[in-house]
Amino acid sequence: MSKDDFKKGLDALDSGPAESPKETPRVPPPPEDLPPHPTVEALRARFGEAIGRHEVVAGDEHIVYIDGEKNLEVLTWLRDDAGQQYDFLQDLTAIDYGNGVSLQVVYQLWSTVHKRNVRIKVELPLEGLEIESVYYVWRASDWLEREVYDMFGIVFRGHPDLRRILMPYTYAEGYPLRKDFPLRGRFSRAEQTRRALSMKTEDHYSPGELELAKRLGQPLPDVMVDGGPGVPNQGLGPGGMGGSS
Amino acid sequence: MADPGFRTRDWVRAAWEGVAEMAESKKRTVVYNVSRGAELGAGGALVHAPIVPVEGEVFTEADGDIGGEHMLINIGPQHPATHGVLRLVLELDGETVVKCTPHIGYLHSSFEKLGEYRDWNQIVPLTDRMDYLAPLIYNCAYAMAVEKMMGVEVTERCKVVRVILMEMDRIFSHLLWLGTTAIDLGAFTVFLYTFQERERIYNLHEAYTGARITTSATRIGGMMADLPPGWIEGLMEFVRTFPRTLDEVETLLTNNSIWIGRTQDVGVISAEDAINFGLSGANLRASGVDYDVRKDRPYYDYETYDFDVPVGEHGDIYDRYLCRMEEMRQSLLLLQQAVQRLPGGSINVDDPRLILPTKTAAMNDMESMIHHFKVVMEGVRAPVGESWFSVESSKGELGMYVVSDGGAKPVRWRVRGPSFINIAALPHMIEGALLSDVIAVNASLDIVLGEIDR
Repeated sequence: MSKDDFKKGLDALDSGPAESPKETPRVPPPPEDLPPHPTVEALRARFGEAIGRHEVVAGDEHIVYIDGEKNLEVLTWLRDDAGQQYDFLQDLTAIDYGNGVSLQVVYQLWSTVHKRNVRIKVELPLEGLEIESVYYVWRASDWLEREVYDMFGIVFRGHPDLRRILMPYTYAEGYPLRKDFPLRGRFSRAEQTRRALSMKTEDHYSPGELELAKRLGQPLPDVMVDGGPGVPNQGLGPGGMGGSS
Repeated sequence: MADPGFRTRDWVRAAWEGVAEMAESKKRTVVYNVSRGAELGAGGALVHAPIVPVEGEVFTEADGDIGGEHMLINIGPQHPATHGVLRLVLELDGETVVKCTPHIGYLHSSFEKLGEYRDWNQIVPLTDRMDYLAPLIYNCAYAMAVEKMMGVEVTERCKVVRVILMEMDRIFSHLLWLGTTAIDLGAFTVFLYTFQERERIYNLHEAYTGARITTSATRIGGMMADLPPGWIEGLMEFVRTFPRTLDEVETLLTNNSIWIGRTQDVGVISAEDAINFGLSGANLRASGVDYDVRKDRPYYDYETYDFDVPVGEHGDIYDRYLCRMEEMRQSLLLLQQAVQRLPGGSINVDDPRLILPTKTAAMNDMESMIHHFKVVMEGVRAPVGESWFSVESSKGELGMYVVSDGGAKPVRWRVRGPSFINIAALPHMIEGALLSDVIAVNASLDIVLGEIDR
């Protein structure tokens, strides 16, 4: 095997297994004889136009597409209406199919009263990635919305504390789970390392905490050196990441 | 909430009554052989001062040296009591927590993004790195979600084997929770007891999968191998002897007045709040909500097993402890029943599109070799579709969301981690409590950072 072949083989490893075909990014439109779901009929009766198509996937999972403008209204009704009572937000996430297709925000709901599931989806075009927050409907959505914002760049209007959650607050490479985001990030490895090493203490704190520390006139505890009360200072200095456990 | 199958809450009440009785009897018996007279009650018993959160206590400005009323402190990310790399920034008023902000992401490994670059079977190793405390539950949950999306029905033997593995890892994870929570509250002995037992489950992991933590045991359509000979006997040996350790740990903790003082009425969350915050698992059931995925949306014939789900009523650390202890006993019952009904036959589905040919066949005939090559190189293909499937993990409801566009790789693979959502309720539980309770409440939630940060 020549050197070039070997290199080609290594490059192929980067891209993972064989490429998925791109012809059908969507579930085909379902036939009319779907198994009925009480919530879907109630939603259609109540909101009419705002309720889009209804799909059944994997045998028994019902998906209802709703209008992005009406999401807060519909979801609040789903939680509060006596016939629905979806009081448990199991999951809130988003899907990016790539190729410029709209992003989907997914709400997976469970009613502890009626013991029923339903999945609500909202489609957001790439140029309008904004939606009402359901923070005050289910508090479970607090971190879930922050995660979707962090990973997909979808802005949740009305969320009281919308900031990055998994990535650093100063992360400048974009939104990692979008399909146009390369696996290794947008910056070069050297630039990523430089940025990681030059993080300042205040980069580890949220704006609210910075403001509070300023008001108290207290220096910010250094995250990487002072692990906290009771942890001996390992004296690794500002570069001592990951070593002071 | 008289749902059959959920045990009534009498046993929780009985435990609490036992505690009350003991408090009564402490006047006569010496519980702790402490010989410091002044702080002891009548008869030499240690008087337990209830830890009550002091709300709105404000420092007087008598001492000019105290700069401000409030103080900002940072715990973590490298603090042993945060069970990983969780970081909490606390605003304190004296010793009372005014505001708590968890910062996560220090262990972020981008598993979901990595999954989009791997074929369906290659994702299995990523799942057990998320929850390294109960890796087999994650392996199974992922495989189940993909199988549901593909419409694959695994064999009866595979179902029972997966139930065995999941219940074994529930005990495995609860033991770690018990040991670390006890050590956080100063009870070192419990830690040694539980880790001794965990070691035996580690050995079972190793005997089956070859790895102690990163098990990667499932494949789409089955398991990576059938159970080795003698493995079931090893498991039954564990099932037979483990209750004794559990009883000993219970004598160490359940009526221990330090344990009670640190856990009862600490970190309380009401049933309504717990549902609204999306808590699940023992944290939710301790608040009195009878929600268990194994009962509410049974998978793998859980409805045919005879087991109870313990439900608490106070929603504090002590009830979470009681629930988890009882869950371990129920898991033992499940293990016994599952072993009894373990059928013979193949562990993998008979579908060449999913399962590799045997090594002998691949090495001996051309078609099998080509088939082997194609499955390995191109990966298993899933039809267009999606599935959101959840199982009851040791930490709560573990949801796996897989979306396929008809190719060898997922469009989206999403994990609804129970710890991620449980820890988000931490500020709600500890604001207004004392600094020392922060560690106790954090420990009681049973988090694993690999899955929070993903």
